[in-house]
Amino acid sequence: MSEDEDIVGQDIHHEHVSHEAIEKAHSGLNTKVIWRVFWILLAVTIFEVLISFSGIPHTILIWTWVFLTLVKAYFIVGFFMHLRFEKIPMIYSLMLPFFLIVYLIFIALYEGVALGHTPY
Amino acid sequence: MSQAHAATATASTEEVWGGGHSPFNVRWGKLYMWIFLISDAFTFSSLLVAYGTLRHRFSEIWPTPGEVFTHFPFIHHHVPLAYVGLMTFILIMSSVTMVLAVDAGHQMNKKGVKLWLGLTIVGGLMFLGSQAWEWYHFIHGSEGGSYYLADGRLARTDDLEPGVLKFHGGGMVEGAEAQVLIATATKHVHGANLIGNEYGATPLFGDFFFFITGFHGFHVFSGVVINTIVLIVVSRGFLERKKDYELVEKVGLYWHFVDLVWVFVFTFFYLV
Repeated sequence: MSEDEDIVGQDIHHEHVSHEAIEKAHSGLNTKVIWRVFWILLAVTIFEVLISFSGIPHTILIWTWVFLTLVKAYFIVGFFMHLRFEKIPMIYSLMLPFFLIVYLIFIALYEGVALGHTPY
Repeated sequence: MSQAHAATATASTEEVWGGGHSPFNVRWGKLYMWIFLISDAFTFSSLLVAYGTLRHRFSEIWPTPGEVFTHFPFIHHHVPLAYVGLMTFILIMSSVTMVLAVDAGHQMNKKGVKLWLGLTIVGGLMFLGSQAWEWYHFIHGSEGGSYYLADGRLARTDDLEPGVLKFHGGGMVEGAEAQVLIATATKHVHGANLIGNEYGATPLFGDFFFFITGFHGFHVFSGVVINTIVLIVVSRGFLERKKDYELVEKVGLYWHFVDLVWVFVFTFFYLV
């Protein structure tokens, strides 16, 4: 019984806002990881520019670029902005609104194509 | 036993929901910065979605960005996208120096914060300079400019191939035929402004270029100003006395966001 209490008690203590706890949770990113992320971002950017000259069909290129952009966004937001190491509720709270953007892209581009078929 | 459990649960519920706890385990300043950045991300998303919508609307006459941004300093050939790639590199690099400044802050290393934050400001200024160069060439345009032909089509000249007229989506004429088209052309356009440009038969391409890259550039400029202020605060030792470098972390979030937006502008304005 006392063991259970201890665990719960520890949990609460851990959740409490203490500067040391926050500092500890936020110093996980070491210099080695930072530079690795930099090389990944650089390599992906160079790759993106190079494939634009490759003669691959444009539709495939567009989807490749979109995918690689999201990869770069993951590394910038996840590592540089440290979101990957935040609490899960915070990640969800900040990222879920972007599903609205996916919907906006869908309806707006659909509308654009439709307008293109409409005479003035 | 079960009674004891219930008692524990009640106590912990009260303690958890009674205030004084941080569900996200971040301090309010950082959370507010995040909420601001989400709203800013929606603004940029709207701009890029508007760009996509009108590009689809005018897909037949919309210029190919790879044929517009071909300048590179000291090189007299067409080098598509290399310059924007370089700008991307500069901004990613300044993002790295910013993470290193935040990292130095965690270690209470004032000298390190000053060094890396200073280099971040230099990177931001380099990016702004690059953007000024790019705007100059976009506004100034080519020597020959473009012609609006009598049939409404737009014909571009190429400074590296004099006497040749090129049409959007391939196709070109040269020699006497090109001279006739030029003689009967209704308008001769140089460079770009908000009313028209030589790159495509719609002013919208120039308008979106100025607005989106301008809005992003203003974010970079604001970031440089804010970083400079924080550098002064760090140099005077305020944060060292507070034993708290969270301020650097907050401006760091803003700076990375500016880098993130550029990644999207790079893809959707220059590559696609």
